[in-house]
Amino acid sequence: MSILVNTDTRVICQGITGKAGLFHSQKCREYAREVRSDSDVFIGGVTPGKGGQTVDEFPVFNSVAEAIEKTGANATMIFVPPPFCGDAIIEAADSGIKLIVAITEGIPTLDMVKVSNFLAKTNARLVGPNCPGVITPGVAKIGIMPGYIHSAGPVGLISKSGTLTYEAAWQLGNLGLGQSTAIGIGGDPIIGTDFIDLLEMFENDPGTEAIMMIGEIGGDAEIQAANYIKEHVTKPVAGFIAGQTAPPGKRMGHAGAIISGGAGTAAEKMEALEAVGVVVAQSPADMGKAMQEAIARKGS
Amino acid sequence: MKIHEYQAKELLKAAGVTVPDGIIAKSADEAAAAFDKLGGSLAVVKAQIHAGGRGKGRFKEQPEQPGVVLVRSADEARKNAALMLGNTLVTIQTGEEGKQVNTLLVEAGLDIAQELYAGVVVDRAAGGPVLIMSSEGGTEIEEVAHNSPEKILNCNIDAGHGLQAGQVRKVSHGLGLDAAAMGSAQKFLPKLAKFFNDNDCTQVEINPLVVTGSGEFVALDAKVAFDDNAMFRHKELRELRDLSEEDESEVKAGDAGLSYVKLEGTIGCLVNGAGLAMSTMDLIKHHGGEPANFLDVGGGANVEQVTEAFRIILADDNVKAVLVNIFGGIMKCDVIVEALLLAYDQVGFTVPLVVRLEGTNVEKARTMLAESGKDIIAATDLTDAAQKVVASISV
Repeated sequence: MSILVNTDTRVICQGITGKAGLFHSQKCREYAREVRSDSDVFIGGVTPGKGGQTVDEFPVFNSVAEAIEKTGANATMIFVPPPFCGDAIIEAADSGIKLIVAITEGIPTLDMVKVSNFLAKTNARLVGPNCPGVITPGVAKIGIMPGYIHSAGPVGLISKSGTLTYEAAWQLGNLGLGQSTAIGIGGDPIIGTDFIDLLEMFENDPGTEAIMMIGEIGGDAEIQAANYIKEHVTKPVAGFIAGQTAPPGKRMGHAGAIISGGAGTAAEKMEALEAVGVVVAQSPADMGKAMQEAIARKGS
Repeated sequence: MKIHEYQAKELLKAAGVTVPDGIIAKSADEAAAAFDKLGGSLAVVKAQIHAGGRGKGRFKEQPEQPGVVLVRSADEARKNAALMLGNTLVTIQTGEEGKQVNTLLVEAGLDIAQELYAGVVVDRAAGGPVLIMSSEGGTEIEEVAHNSPEKILNCNIDAGHGLQAGQVRKVSHGLGLDAAAMGSAQKFLPKLAKFFNDNDCTQVEINPLVVTGSGEFVALDAKVAFDDNAMFRHKELRELRDLSEEDESEVKAGDAGLSYVKLEGTIGCLVNGAGLAMSTMDLIKHHGGEPANFLDVGGGANVEQVTEAFRIILADDNVKAVLVNIFGGIMKCDVIVEALLLAYDQVGFTVPLVVRLEGTNVEKARTMLAESGKDIIAATDLTDAAQKVVASISV
């Protein structure tokens, strides 16, 4: 079992004729074919005005609605440039796509406000933006993560960051802890899916036995997550917070990673998580070990 | 992107938000002339730098001189301006090095009956802009939130329809305003909210927001910042950027597509990905070192970017060693090493360089490093890398 991505997932790419869109569509198709030769997960793409063309055997459509009609897609991976990306997300949701994974970095915050107001009226789920995507190892990936670093297993992995997710997946894999599903939720101030949404899904997923969450400075999503874990999560949870040494008032790469007015520090987040029984790695080198310890603690 | 107070007030005024009468002065004579032109018996001379805490701040060259000062004559305005212009103002937000003051804002004094706080920011939890108000004007809002959270009032601002009259009545009641002041609030607050939405702001802070003796709302101070990601649709706002207020190497990095923040330590880092870059800093600290910077080369680093990144890191005289930490995903490790080796020669390394690689094609990349004949210390994992780079500066 897994969350978000399963054997019924059929994906199109919005922005497929762009360099990154095509490259990652190819990589995702390659991954799906490698792990499940019987299926075709990646089935086409959308670039308005280029409908009717074919790029590397991917049919291109003018709109998401047309792509759904012709291919039966239920998920999308978005590489549309920032100024038009909010609009692309709204199009996908309005056309009936259930899972929207937005990879694009640099969408204006107020565009995301508009998007999130719109999504609240639909039953579409947005992951991202500014994220590596979602992978259910052995089933399919929708995103830019390298497939081979993720092995199938019992850990649900949630992270705000891209390469740090890879690092965590790598460490977990080296300890024999594969992942049920791994999700990068993105480092922007306004995102579609947060820690709590995924904690709930993983808690309810029979294929997930333990949860690893990787946060960073800025905002209070990790503190909210800690409160949620206390009330609702019975599975073992391990965590890590990036940015213990970050100075206040400076944006650390991600638009959301900024300590403002003394709030959103790594220390307060680590403390909140530890207080509800989460095993928090002090060093990024110990993320895998923290998960191992959390599992051992619950087991004993 | 941050702008100066005087720029923020010009924009707010154009948007119908009341600000005090004010004149820019770039010389002592201009400050004196500004006082006369304003025509009152009282004016305020305010140093224009991006950092806050100016009133309590003092000048390096003039330790008695504050960054904001009340003056009662043209001559006083001139004297104070002379002590401020060209000198370096140090506040709690500037750091020890301070900021040079090149511009002053001279403003007419106000008849102040009450000082409030008004701010608009994007609330992550609410998923949209929120108006924050408090009766404790003049105090940092974080301090109020900490000491007396009951004095903070919030209103969600609808992205499409703006702040509604009924919401203004709610906060007016919470602030204890009389009918006259509530009428001013109805004119002032919706315009402030609209200004935030129209200009893709990340922050608008009016602290203090003054209620005058006649019940009028006036923005006595104004702090405005914009969303960098939205500046493509606000060409006119981009003109307001003041590069002298920003760190030179951070600007350079931004131009090269790198994300760089200078810190105080001695170990430079070059990392791919923001989360991993932050974690690498933490890792160095965890092993007893101090990071000299945050640097994210991004997902598709090429030779030019890696070279520029090394140049920026090494331009910092504090840097005694450099740690490269790459988790090659789609960006293969061997491609990174190729860029690394070329950059190494172009830059001319004089400090120890520790490289930790993991991910796609890592074996090939490690072989390339080992066979390069360059004085590069290879690390096997994160902990090994941190230990080696910390050890390299303690010999």
